Amino acid sequence: MATPRKAPPGDKARTLEQLLATKEIVICCGSGGVGKTTTAAAAALMAATHLGGKVLVLTVDPAKRLANALGLERFGNVEVRVPPEAFAEAGIEPRGELWAAMLDTKQSWDDLVERHAPNQKTRDAILVNSLYKNISGRFVQSHDYIAMERLYEIHQSGTYDLIVVDTPPTRNAVDFLEAPDRMADFFSSKLLRWLTAPSKSRVMSFASKPFYTVADRILGSQFLEDIATFFSLFQTMAPGFVERAEAVTKTLADRRTTFLVVSTLEAAPLHEAEYFIAVLDDRKLDLGALVLNKVLPSYLRRTATTGVARRLVADAEELAASVPGIGDPADISRVMATVGESFLNYQVVAKREAEQRASLARSPEVVAAVPYFEADIHDLSGLLALGEQIWR
Amino acid sequence: MTALLDRKLLFVTGKGGVGKSTIAASLGLLAAEQGKKTLVCEVDAKGNLADFYEAGETSFAAREIQPRLWAMSMNTEESLKEYLSLQLKIPFLAKIGPLARTFDFIATAAPGVKEILTIGKLAWEVREKHYDLVVVDSVATGHIVGQLTAPQVINELVQVGLVRNQTQWMLDILTDPAQTGVVIVSAPEEMPVAETIELAERLDAETDIDLAVIIVNRVLPELFTEREEALFEQLRQPERVAALSAAVGGDVGPILDAAELAVTLRRTRAGHLATLRAAVDPRLPLVYVPYLFTRSHGVRATRQVAEYLAEEL
Repeated sequence: MATPRKAPPGDKARTLEQLLATKEIVICCGSGGVGKTTTAAAAALMAATHLGGKVLVLTVDPAKRLANALGLERFGNVEVRVPPEAFAEAGIEPRGELWAAMLDTKQSWDDLVERHAPNQKTRDAILVNSLYKNISGRFVQSHDYIAMERLYEIHQSGTYDLIVVDTPPTRNAVDFLEAPDRMADFFSSKLLRWLTAPSKSRVMSFASKPFYTVADRILGSQFLEDIATFFSLFQTMAPGFVERAEAVTKTLADRRTTFLVVSTLEAAPLHEAEYFIAVLDDRKLDLGALVLNKVLPSYLRRTATTGVARRLVADAEELAASVPGIGDPADISRVMATVGESFLNYQVVAKREAEQRASLARSPEVVAAVPYFEADIHDLSGLLALGEQIWR
Repeated sequence: MTALLDRKLLFVTGKGGVGKSTIAASLGLLAAEQGKKTLVCEVDAKGNLADFYEAGETSFAAREIQPRLWAMSMNTEESLKEYLSLQLKIPFLAKIGPLARTFDFIATAAPGVKEILTIGKLAWEVREKHYDLVVVDSVATGHIVGQLTAPQVINELVQVGLVRNQTQWMLDILTDPAQTGVVIVSAPEEMPVAETIELAERLDAETDIDLAVIIVNRVLPELFTEREEALFEQLRQPERVAALSAAVGGDVGPILDAAELAVTLRRTRAGHLATLRAAVDPRLPLVYVPYLFTRSHGVRATRQVAEYLAEEL
């Protein structure tokens, strides 16, 4: 069941550290391009360093340098341990172990079929079926389901104390939440029953005839037969799948699971974050923390500085005289004007961001604002620097 | 190349967060203002195309939101309905009950069907010459190849049937660089650049669809020349900060810090831009749209971006 929301305030986690100390699964979500993967990795790194135990970060599509930082050279479902030397290089003595894995959608589907197929013949038939290949490799939603499924499997294995998941980039941030339900619905639907009924009765059945006729005219009967064959095979795995999908859904709502919403202060990602927070509330899932990335420094918002910057621009020529002996006064005044203008430019953006932030209808107890990192993160030290910003 | 806006069908894609929709909206606005009857279609059903024009909700039925500029949002079920009534003239359409059920079946069971209903509708508008230009605010980089190759996939999977018969003319339009082009929107940051490079490679390897241009959004201005930067470093010396603060009557420290931040951000980003330029075909145009330091969003920002694009295209 969901974490009780009405817990007395004293029991609430006030920092990410406190939050993660009580959880086993952290799901990072948010729209694309907000630093979700990096945030997930940083949170996992901090947990491994400070909380100890075995911590796994399950990523979907990390930047190459981040992957390298975690020692991940290629996609694979096998978890690899971030080598202790990498920690030593970054000057950290972790209390625990950090493990990382990248999700291989196709492989995960194959594993799933392997597990649920009633016999080897069915399994082989599914694995070579062209529709199956298409669905498992290409089908957009298949990532969503498989990410949650893998998470469940790893959690069940009991190998890790904490699993931090980076969710796949979806068209819609809630897709992956709905994926297990959809999978269960699909297997129990009339549609599948109709599809997998013997083809004679499908054609003859009064109720389904119009469907079939339309589908036949659009897709051609051969293709329909292919589909039917595929789903007949697939249906043999239904009991396992449905049970599994339900278990995955339960895991998401478990009190040991929490969600970490990641965003920037730009309008569109924040809008999506807000929507996501509403969906979590709706589903009584635990919104643990909000991480705001790429936040401009607060000094940019100081009103007192605005006047100073304006004077720098307006009186640049005179002011150049106050710093004599470093170069051509014309150059200096141009630099001053540029500096002043740049400040005013960034101030506009910083204020816009502050307004966006203030307009958030609801935010969790734990909110971390991460300043703009000047360089890209490409090793554990960089990840650690980010981690420090969100941890306490 | 065929001038970008002289093509008939533009698929605008990009990694989430780079401003793909802004660019799509601006391209549409620009084309319309240049006198072309333009349709802008939102495919990724987030429903925020409307925000970029501030002209009310969009739906499957295209609506003229300003002279020559039409907007719609894709809905594959509606597309199927339109297709069935236009193409098949199915007489018992009314009797098949809620179309949604049929549709769900088709879309769930047959990979590529949803995609082809999207591509089909757009290509149809082009084929029927309903518009001079169709700009598609398309799906993100991760999904665009799947969408664009749907006609090909259907061609391979479906041996007979109407869908199969319909795919050839779509392919003809899609693979003609005089008619169709892909616009990748990127940003000078690590992941968007990496995804752009990867997508450019995949478009080349897996499709016959022309990559027309890469538009790099949110490019930060260069603040200083080398000489000016040396002077700036001098200004940052504590005694000069103090002298300047005294002269101006307020602390200039944060202002110099902000400039330093701007310089560093610009430098990191310039590195990513160089990576991008070096990785893609040298003949491929890269268009830069500057970062907008404004409070404005919505139609004003769309217009500003359109003005930059007008200069660059």
